[in-house]
Amino acid sequence: MNNTVKRKLIQLAAFGFTNTHIGNFAAGKLYTGKWKQFCNPGLHCYSCPAATLACPIGAMQAVAGSMQFNFSFYVVGFLLAVGVLLGRFVCGWICPFGLVQELFYKIPSRKCRLPKLFTYVKYVILILFVIVLPVTATNYMGMGKPAFCQYICPSGTLFGGIPMTATHPELRTTTGFLFGLKMGILLLTIIASVFVFRFFCKTLCPLGAIYGLLNKVSIHHLDVDKSSCIQCGKCARTCKMDVNPVTSPNSAECIRCGACAAACPKQAIQLGFRNHSK
Amino acid sequence: MKLSTPKRTILQCAFLLAAALMIVCGINRGEQETVWNKAANICLECIGLG
Repeated sequence: MNNTVKRKLIQLAAFGFTNTHIGNFAAGKLYTGKWKQFCNPGLHCYSCPAATLACPIGAMQAVAGSMQFNFSFYVVGFLLAVGVLLGRFVCGWICPFGLVQELFYKIPSRKCRLPKLFTYVKYVILILFVIVLPVTATNYMGMGKPAFCQYICPSGTLFGGIPMTATHPELRTTTGFLFGLKMGILLLTIIASVFVFRFFCKTLCPLGAIYGLLNKVSIHHLDVDKSSCIQCGKCARTCKMDVNPVTSPNSAECIRCGACAAACPKQAIQLGFRNHSK
Repeated sequence: MKLSTPKRTILQCAFLLAAALMIVCGINRGEQETVWNKAANICLECIGLG
């Protein structure tokens, strides 16, 4: 089985596992069992009727914005553990919203690359919307709102907003500017994903920013055997995340999809938990 | 910057230990209850209504 098929099957299995309560879509209700206290490694809204687990970005903001706490050791510890073990492998192989964007990218069209500057936007979003605003923009009770979920997250709009407003007439009556803003961001993300590979992951995803920083030290990593490399540049041309694996194998942008390793004519690129470099 | 293998291994162990301690500390403070409360109810902010 080639790498592309293997990755797609694992992405589909992960999508299925994170959406086991598919029957909830019809009634527009949420799964409320104990699994919801655990975080999903990928970005998936917990207000999606089918969701089994909690969204780590939403959970981090919910705890930090609650009356009792200003920081979530539980969620940060979870993200640190997953990030050190897997890095952005989570983005490439497990994240449900990553799979959705890849499906839109399959629509035939002229494909584009983004200037590198855009990739830094996600760090600004992480700091401002996920870390700072939920703790500082609080009400008289000391409670903050999940700013990233409220103003940006297109995954929440797609998997939570649309199904919930479609099944709850009382929620539809309360839609306003915020819903319009989030629908606009979702539409922009979908349209951009047709032309740019994983537009949201590259530019906006705060979870990708966290895992990207941990790519530098993650146990699952990319190794390039410099003695076998013939500098043909095929790996860099193949990479849809615009990474050159030879010069920066542990780039924060690499989602460990393995396309470069599959393209290498000398099998000089290895992806996995073991150390392959000589 | 490429980290040498021993340095990388030390960092990985340190981060994993820190992560385990943080998770235990978070559970001890009851944070997972807050996560469950938020995740088991409709999050109006998440769906664009809050």
